[in-house]
Amino acid sequence: MTSRADDIRLGADIGGTFTDIALDVRGTLFSTKVLTNYAAPEQAILDGIDAVIRDAGISAAEIGIIIHGTTLATNALIERRGAKTALVTTEGFRDVIEMRTENRFEQHDLNLQLPPPLIPREHRFTVKGRIGAEGQELQPLDESALEEIADRIAADNFGSVAIGFIHAYANPDHERRAREILSRKLSIPISISAEVSPQMREFERFNTVSANAYVRPQMADYLARLQTRLKDMGAECPVFMIHSGGGLISVETASEFPVRLVESGPAGGAIFAADIARRFGLEKVVSYDMGGTTAKICLIENFSPHTARTFEVARTYRFSKGSGMPISIPVIEMIEIGAGGGSIAWVDAMGRIQTGPESAGSEPGPACYGRGGKRPAITDADLVLGKLDPDNFAGGAIKLDTSASEQAILRDIGERLSLDALATAFGICEVVDENMANAARVHAVENGKNISDNLMIAFGGAAPLHAARLCEKLGIDQCIVPRGAGVGSAIGFLKAPFGYEALASKLTRLSRFKPAEVNALLADLKASAEGFVRSGASGRIVCEITAFMRYAGQGWEIPVPLADEPFGEDAVAKLKDLFETSYQRFFGRAIEGLDGLEIEIVTWSVKATDVRPAVTRHELTTGRKKSEPTTTRAVFDPATGAPQTYGIVERDTLCAGDRVAGPAVIVERETSTVVTTSFDAVIQSDGAILLIRKDSQS
Amino acid sequence: MSDIGAIRMQVMWNRLISVVEEQALALLRTAFSTSVREAGDLSAGVFDPRGQMLAQAVTGTPGHVNTMAEAVLHFMHAIPRDQMFEGDTYVTNDPWLGTGHLHDITMVSPSFLNGELVAFFACTAHVVDVGGRGFGADGKSVYEEGIQIPIMKFAEKGKVNLDLVRILRANVREPNQVVGDFYSLAACNEVGHRRLVDMMKETGLASLDGLGDFIFSRTRDAMLERIEALPKGSWSNELVTDGYDEPVKLATTVSVRDDHVEVDFTGSDPMSRWGINCPIIYSKAYACYALKCVVAPDIPNNAASLAFFTVSSPINILNAVRPAPVALRHIFGHMVPDLVLGAFSKALPGKILAEGAGALWNIHISARPVAGASGRRAEVLMFNSGGMGARPALDGLSATAFPSGVHTMPIEATEHTGPIVIWRKELRPNSGGDGEFRGGLGQVIQIEAIEGHEFDFSAMFDRVNHPAQGREGGKPGVAGVVKLDDGTKMRPKGWQHVPAGRRLILELPGGGGYGDPARRSVAARANDRSKGYITENDR
Repeated sequence: MTSRADDIRLGADIGGTFTDIALDVRGTLFSTKVLTNYAAPEQAILDGIDAVIRDAGISAAEIGIIIHGTTLATNALIERRGAKTALVTTEGFRDVIEMRTENRFEQHDLNLQLPPPLIPREHRFTVKGRIGAEGQELQPLDESALEEIADRIAADNFGSVAIGFIHAYANPDHERRAREILSRKLSIPISISAEVSPQMREFERFNTVSANAYVRPQMADYLARLQTRLKDMGAECPVFMIHSGGGLISVETASEFPVRLVESGPAGGAIFAADIARRFGLEKVVSYDMGGTTAKICLIENFSPHTARTFEVARTYRFSKGSGMPISIPVIEMIEIGAGGGSIAWVDAMGRIQTGPESAGSEPGPACYGRGGKRPAITDADLVLGKLDPDNFAGGAIKLDTSASEQAILRDIGERLSLDALATAFGICEVVDENMANAARVHAVENGKNISDNLMIAFGGAAPLHAARLCEKLGIDQCIVPRGAGVGSAIGFLKAPFGYEALASKLTRLSRFKPAEVNALLADLKASAEGFVRSGASGRIVCEITAFMRYAGQGWEIPVPLADEPFGEDAVAKLKDLFETSYQRFFGRAIEGLDGLEIEIVTWSVKATDVRPAVTRHELTTGRKKSEPTTTRAVFDPATGAPQTYGIVERDTLCAGDRVAGPAVIVERETSTVVTTSFDAVIQSDGAILLIRKDSQS
Repeated sequence: MSDIGAIRMQVMWNRLISVVEEQALALLRTAFSTSVREAGDLSAGVFDPRGQMLAQAVTGTPGHVNTMAEAVLHFMHAIPRDQMFEGDTYVTNDPWLGTGHLHDITMVSPSFLNGELVAFFACTAHVVDVGGRGFGADGKSVYEEGIQIPIMKFAEKGKVNLDLVRILRANVREPNQVVGDFYSLAACNEVGHRRLVDMMKETGLASLDGLGDFIFSRTRDAMLERIEALPKGSWSNELVTDGYDEPVKLATTVSVRDDHVEVDFTGSDPMSRWGINCPIIYSKAYACYALKCVVAPDIPNNAASLAFFTVSSPINILNAVRPAPVALRHIFGHMVPDLVLGAFSKALPGKILAEGAGALWNIHISARPVAGASGRRAEVLMFNSGGMGARPALDGLSATAFPSGVHTMPIEATEHTGPIVIWRKELRPNSGGDGEFRGGLGQVIQIEAIEGHEFDFSAMFDRVNHPAQGREGGKPGVAGVVKLDDGTKMRPKGWQHVPAGRRLILELPGGGGYGDPARRSVAARANDRSKGYITENDR
């Protein structure tokens, strides 16, 4: 990247409620939050930029690079506000995206409704032509039929086209040819599944290419408008987009593959945490991002967030697995559950307290906001337990009404369970914390990890209130609450490497492994991944190679990281060894003594990233200088199950090295950090708060 | 119990459900058969030392869950406590002690903490082959249907029983897949055990007794409340299905008592000569499932909730006894919910959905090269679903499994497992029964062997001669069709041949409609036409 870009960088994150702007002027951070403007999303960015450059005393022309992430693509999918899109697919498979998995994601609900397909049946066209499982052509493509389809699409006012053919990941020839024929008669964008998502499993791939086509015109327009408006205000610097895998791509690429922008905001949060992990040299980290409606948990190993190749967006039924749309693209793997400050608490038929996924949002908000919200939210429980100061919330901007919280909690829950307000509030928090802890545990297990081996990094408005208790539940000894936690994603954008992951599904048995062939395939992938990175970075590029492997006959693969070097004669023995080691870590024991049970590689992945400049290293300090609280407050302590006297400390009064003994609450403008009885808090050299378990050695 | 204590119990209950969910996920991730890894034909659960089910994974299918709930007691009976050791895993595929047919392997592992037995983990999955005649209706007795594994140890003190593995390998057509699945079942219990021990150590629990009491008493109270709200009395229903070579009548009487619900299958036809008989454990599983959907969809499945349903039957097709052939027990098992719900609809008029396709349209394909040619042999299993019945205020779901909880397999994954091509798998227009709410559509599937290959298939289809009936004036769904592309009619059950170059065509049945068709809204009819769900103008 140019030296100029490293001087002044700007990150812009458009979220559901707020648009966050973070400006880094040679190491000094300026940030702001403005309300998201749905009609003209670029306007909020311009307003935000205007505010931060004024704060920083610079002009728009001095900005070296703008990095942008947005939930606009996600929202267009959730709210079904995309283009009128045609899907052209293989004859006999018109209904793949409608029939889904033929499963009911909730077994006992006879009135279940499945999410309707993104592209309705009348907009799906089929054409003869068939590729087989090995990539062979079983039936030639019917080109004259495609001509007719082109005419019908042209006549019917479509805005976008998706092409999804069976086994196109194994052989894209038919899809490419179909695009060629259609594009002769159509001037609208055409997306093909072999480029958008070259992975096996037709429902996921077709749905992904449909989603890409669906949001493409809108996103391309928006990005073009944004670039024009930025130039008009004098910001002529390059603009890059953050993608769901956590890397950067050019605006041109983003306009062509906008589905890659889905979940780019949360990805920014994970990068934010990864950057902190790198600064402190922390190899095993779990990031915990809790906002108004959801909590997101992500594993970060060796300073890189875990990635996956498929995820689900727009879940319609209580965040249930299977109730959304599968999207198969490289993505930072995180688990997201309906647990935020605004999540509503309620009682089920067994008299059990439940929380979320319904959220009070910012309007009407939790009962304590006094804006008409009557139902108890997590924030209400936090307030009743004493974790929040009613007079000093959001820098005093909102005065919280504790008695409104108590009333809501008692009316909806306490009276039904014969509990007082305090016990009920404790119950609500315990349930939401346990739900998050369960999600984190399952996420770790799915990745073959042990959650308690990690250090936690907590950010987002609500996370610092719950982090210490979550650590207690997960057996985690240390947790960092960084500076700038409120605009974490936007800061994360500034730290994002220029990266791109290229994938190829090619089933290769180890017994038939041909080093030369695989080397050629990997060279192609490398060229394509590096090509993307070169479009925006000029420095050195590193490539991570991963083989997704399994025993032949299994359906799910485990990632096996490989060295970036060509395969030689010993490739098979090496791969077998690496695979079995990884398998054991995931599932306890490798399968032994089976005659002729083969190991195979399903997908190859090459992830290219530019080498980031070395960061200033900080050492975690455990602090010795005891800092005494100025005031105290009664706060309900979850471990002892009773109210305790908590010290109250202003974050701004603390210096690096100060150690605050729990129980305490450290208060600041955007949030409060709860230090439970079993933790102390130590201020770090970069201003972050480290929660550290009293009895831990470190 | 103190307030705080109750909250802590609730939190641990959540944790326990999360433990079994992890257990099920481990099975999905390691399984070999597409029936498990793509279709989710499995279940997983945790039991107290008395064999009472505490919690089950949400991932799974009712036929497995509710049968497995009883299976653990059989294991405890067969293996005395003093023969149980840490690191043990027990196995069976006994249809009467497990889940109703030989293809389902059930494994149970004791879980020890500090030398004390604190729990059992159990899991079940459908493997691709168990030898014998292959998965189909043609066995004359259970002895022809494959290898029988009585309750025994798969592993003792961590050591796998390799004699069993060798016998297994010699008896099945896909030894690697089957043995691989045995290993993944054992691994899945192991994952559950590790998570439970973590939880008990963290929370300082020495046993699950207190938690079990809490779970069962809360569940019992909630169930009682629901059953008290039901109208009391007895209601009967009958249903006729295709059978193998002659129609089979199923009959039931459902009685709602003050504190439980009884289901009886008296009046159903006698056992069949063919492998379509159903052990009562499986009939019961689906009867309980249907009742629970209506009475208590939101109450977790555990020993206490299941205890409210009792099922009885004289010996007949829904209570088949050894040595009856039972390989396709799922067909009538899957019809039990329509049977029971039909009776219930008389107790709760206006609240119960219409009949649907019911049984999954499973097809087992045995493909091979034509004589003299070289190529691949393979066993391929597909699960496919017809239409669900219309609901009292909603159309039926199209091509969706009900009552089974499985998924279909992606055709791209299926085509990798064997030398076949699936030329079509899409909705079947005009197949849903008309009504104020329309029955769900079936689907059409076309299958051909790849060039130079031919295949035999085991048909396991129903509602070919007896379509799903509508409710409250709704019309029946359209019946299923099994044929070749040259028009040759095929039988709905039994092994049959498809020569090279011919395509097998399956047209899956649609669901029944609900309510008077005259009341169907103009908008709904227009939508049916514009989407091509209905293509004729005769309605």
